[in-house]
Amino acid sequence: MIQEYIPILLFLGFIVANAIGMLVFSHILSPRRPTKIKASPYESGMPPLGSTRERFSVKFYLIAMLFIVFDIEVVFLIPWGVQFRKLGLTGFVAMAIFILVLEVGHAYAWKRGALEWD
Amino acid sequence: MGMVVNLATPAGLFWGMLPEIVLTGWALALMLVAGWRHGGEEDQRFAGQLALAALVSTLFALWWLWAKDARPDGIALMIALDGFRYASSTIFLLGAIMTVMLSLGYVRRERIHTPEYYLLILFATIGMMVMSAAADLIVLFLGLEIMSICVYVLTGINRRSVFGAEAALKYFLLGAFASGFLIYGIALIYGATGTTNLTLIAVSITNLGLQSNGMLMAGIGLLIIGFAFKVGAVPFHMWTPDVYEGAPTPITAFMAAAVKAAAFAALMRIMVHSLGESIGTWQNAVWWLAVVTMLGGNLMALAQRRLKRMLAYSSIAHAGYLLTAVVSGTETGAAAYLFYAFAYTLVTLGAFGVLAVVGRNGERDVRIDDLAGLAAKRPWLAFAMAVFMLSLLGFPGTAGFMAKWYVLMSAIEADQWKLGIILVLASVVSAGYYLPVVMEMYMNQPITEEAHQESVAVGAGRWVIGATAALLLLIGFFPGRLMDVSRSSSDDLKPSAAFTLNAPTGPDAGMASR
Repeated sequence: MIQEYIPILLFLGFIVANAIGMLVFSHILSPRRPTKIKASPYESGMPPLGSTRERFSVKFYLIAMLFIVFDIEVVFLIPWGVQFRKLGLTGFVAMAIFILVLEVGHAYAWKRGALEWD
Repeated sequence: MGMVVNLATPAGLFWGMLPEIVLTGWALALMLVAGWRHGGEEDQRFAGQLALAALVSTLFALWWLWAKDARPDGIALMIALDGFRYASSTIFLLGAIMTVMLSLGYVRRERIHTPEYYLLILFATIGMMVMSAAADLIVLFLGLEIMSICVYVLTGINRRSVFGAEAALKYFLLGAFASGFLIYGIALIYGATGTTNLTLIAVSITNLGLQSNGMLMAGIGLLIIGFAFKVGAVPFHMWTPDVYEGAPTPITAFMAAAVKAAAFAALMRIMVHSLGESIGTWQNAVWWLAVVTMLGGNLMALAQRRLKRMLAYSSIAHAGYLLTAVVSGTETGAAAYLFYAFAYTLVTLGAFGVLAVVGRNGERDVRIDDLAGLAAKRPWLAFAMAVFMLSLLGFPGTAGFMAKWYVLMSAIEADQWKLGIILVLASVVSAGYYLPVVMEMYMNQPITEEAHQESVAVGAGRWVIGATAALLLLIGFFPGRLMDVSRSSSDDLKPSAAFTLNAPTGPDAGMASR
């Protein structure tokens, strides 16, 4: 039983050794000519503007939460769509209730101004 | 035997979950109303009346099921249909109804003009009902989360209050932490028994001989820790005083009464139904938890000068008394829990109702001394408060006495006489902080002539205070009817012998024995 895991263990060991090796060798072998730009944090090629530890609007959280709700909706909708015929009327009614509940929440959030930025 | 419901069919599921469905429908309707009408006082009052209608109609739906004596066809796989569910859901619904009634006047005075207040109470109540109805650990967790998330938001619903925001954040972080413990416990129990169904867990433990299985013990331990956080048992009580103090007072009452009762209902069902036969694995742990909670809660309450904080610590002590009922692990314990939770819901709603009347701005600053001379100025209010304090103390003639006596009886019946003695001693200590409230009201003079001028109970809040005080006295003198209901509601909480002998275990249950 435990022997079946030995390849996985070897693989894990290889990954760790490989990662450490790459770091160590690049540290030892690479020439070092630092400039100010090279020493600055890498931000997709953009020059950094300031600290990342800033306060930002709570509205981002609101958008993120609404996104998750509709994300989950898709997670349920796609398997239902694939198996639509097999699930039949029961699946249809269950899904209709699910979407109804979701839409009530959507209508509420919309009307309450959660989708407006200002 | 009453109506038999086959929960495997959609129609059966509809009838079996009728109260929850009714309340969900109302809550969705109220959500739309809240989206379109959230202007001010008028809309807020309308939302409150809708919430009241929702809760009352749900209560009738629940009582219809109860009157029909609906029972599941075979093992309850996801949703239990038994007296324990009906009785405990009734307690939550009554608690929610009284909370809404207290809130009607309170939100107007404190200018909380968000109809979401009532909406969240409805959703929290749905969560509680799901918790007490759960026949499966996953359903239970679902109900717990529905309830908890709504209550986190309710704690901080008064956005002008800094303390409310602090309380909400504290409650949210610690609550999420506790949920982590609970779900880990559920995972380990599933790992040991191969099922999350409460009946099948009991079957697995007996059939596979898991009484001393390490994984199961760890799972039960984590489960107990998770619940101890939720009910605020010492040493997991640190959040309780700050959260209870920071929340709007009707919400504090809701948390102390209904939320706590819901967590205990779920704990009671697991302990008696699933783990009743393997009581040796958990009884000692809960015994100690009950003892330190009773002693800790009462001793810390002694040191409080502010009324709201004192009531918060007193609710910790009462969690200890309820844990005593859990320790017995019998159906008598469950019946004692039902009686106690009912009496405690009444007294908590009443006491916090009085506090809401005498205080302003979240009631954080009301000291016990501030009640001086209330009896001279507002005799009825003072009388009601005296009834609540004596009932919390467990004075003979009040419902609190009968409730404590019932808990004591369940402990003695389970041969836990030491725990019974500690319970009585802890109750004696509690006189040290309940009686000063009564003495301040009746024996001291008002500080100024104008004191208590504004302390007038109005509208629905007055009905709550009056009705709870009257009911507490009524039950105190005539407890028989309520005792019968409690007993008959919990006498089938243990899985019946037919299921424990014949039911199949989960397909992968054999893996656990290793």
